[in-house]
Amino acid sequence: MTDQDLQTLPLDALHRELGGKMVSFAGYSMPVQYPMGVKGEHLHVREKAGLFDVSHMGQAYLSVEQGEHEQVARLIEELVSAEIVKLGKGRIRYTVLLNEEGGILDDLMVTRLPDQDGKLFLVVNAAVKEQDFALIGETLGGRAKLDVLDRCLLALQGPLAHTVLSALDPMAAEMPFMSMRETQLDGIPVMLSRCGYTGEDGYEISVANSDAERLARRLLAHDDVAPIGLGARDSLRLEAGLCLYGHDMTPEDTPVSAGLNFAIGKRRREEGGFPGAERIIRELHEGTDTLRVGLKPLGRVPAREGAEVQSEDGETIGKVTSGGFGPTYEAPVAMGRIDTKHAEPGTKVRILVRGKPLEAEVVKLPFVEQRYYRGKK
Amino acid sequence: MATKYTESHEWVRMDGDVAVCGITPHAAEQLGDVVFVELPDTGRALSKGDDMAVVESVKAASDVYAPISGEVVAVNQDIVDAPEKVNESPDQDAWFVKIKPSDASELDGLMDEAAYKAHTDE
Repeated sequence: MTDQDLQTLPLDALHRELGGKMVSFAGYSMPVQYPMGVKGEHLHVREKAGLFDVSHMGQAYLSVEQGEHEQVARLIEELVSAEIVKLGKGRIRYTVLLNEEGGILDDLMVTRLPDQDGKLFLVVNAAVKEQDFALIGETLGGRAKLDVLDRCLLALQGPLAHTVLSALDPMAAEMPFMSMRETQLDGIPVMLSRCGYTGEDGYEISVANSDAERLARRLLAHDDVAPIGLGARDSLRLEAGLCLYGHDMTPEDTPVSAGLNFAIGKRRREEGGFPGAERIIRELHEGTDTLRVGLKPLGRVPAREGAEVQSEDGETIGKVTSGGFGPTYEAPVAMGRIDTKHAEPGTKVRILVRGKPLEAEVVKLPFVEQRYYRGKK
Repeated sequence: MATKYTESHEWVRMDGDVAVCGITPHAAEQLGDVVFVELPDTGRALSKGDDMAVVESVKAASDVYAPISGEVVAVNQDIVDAPEKVNESPDQDAWFVKIKPSDASELDGLMDEAAYKAHTDE
């Protein structure tokens, strides 16, 4: 792909004005960092609040004419493993889009709109959004309508995100984790979802392109809010143990081998009815050959994606799928796909970095505790 | 003697009969926050352009190349212990290695400050 093929985000000029260093990502020109730098931005999100522009992600409505939730829910359930039928109004569910072999084609958020039954809001990954929407369209075409949305998606993440938003929408702070409101922020209509990809409390805000800059500037005007680039987005999600599609999970992985059993609904485990159900249900009982695990290099050397993982005996047991340095963890952090017999937390392994075996340990994820809002204590 | 620069963003400066080498402020800025530095063993013989060190930032790993040929006579343990020094003082305190040049005339082939500045402005 040449630079000419790169798409620009609606907020491109704002990113440049803020000093964003622009790089190519998933076909878009995106800010990888701002003058604060990746480490500073990372720590800012863990301490205060950071604003991310994730408008490259795919957003769509899936709806049925009759306006019945159960009908549209049963349709999307043909492609994903989550329980959607029993999803409450204004509730969000994380799930995976599957191929016939039970391999993961993408991970996505499915939201039942609070006020319009028979309509779901989908948010999918940028790199695969065309193929996701093509698959959904082909499979469900004629029975449901897919409207791909040309809207911006901003994320405000961090322990102070709720105080920043409460000034614009008093109800924002009370929203449970994984819920959505259709509301207004400073008079701007938005879909406000309490979720994110940092391990911190926070929100994702779907907003019309024409309103996005005004909203972004309004949020950035707050003393506690700084703009955050893709670099810190990656280190934050890695510390939080969250998968990056195309790296930590691919079509070679099932939700079971990817450690995403929570993305398979209880009823779905009994009834099946999703692609690859037979294999996935069998794997839930019998296990898988490989598993996604946390890997903690025991020294200071970061292990990057692609590095070979070996057992203590020097046998190849897998690969690092994401790795780097965790600014909050203050040490290298990694995830990998390794043979299940070595996947027990506490197992000592080696990671080959520049030809040298480094001592590492299989650890439970996350590296940094997730701090989602679970309601008043 | 004036500082000389490579196209791969190392600097080298003669101090008596040893060449002090490091990475340029431009390189340090491009790398971002440095979190790990790996240096060669003293006594190692380097040819110009050899992988000499590795710098890991929050973003990625980058090789550092020998700006001239010679023997490593000292390494800067300070930047191994406190990698952030590479961002704080890349052209002074955070030198990487000292090399005893085997052919000091190699320095003549490197860029001076004005040429390096033109190189990074490209």
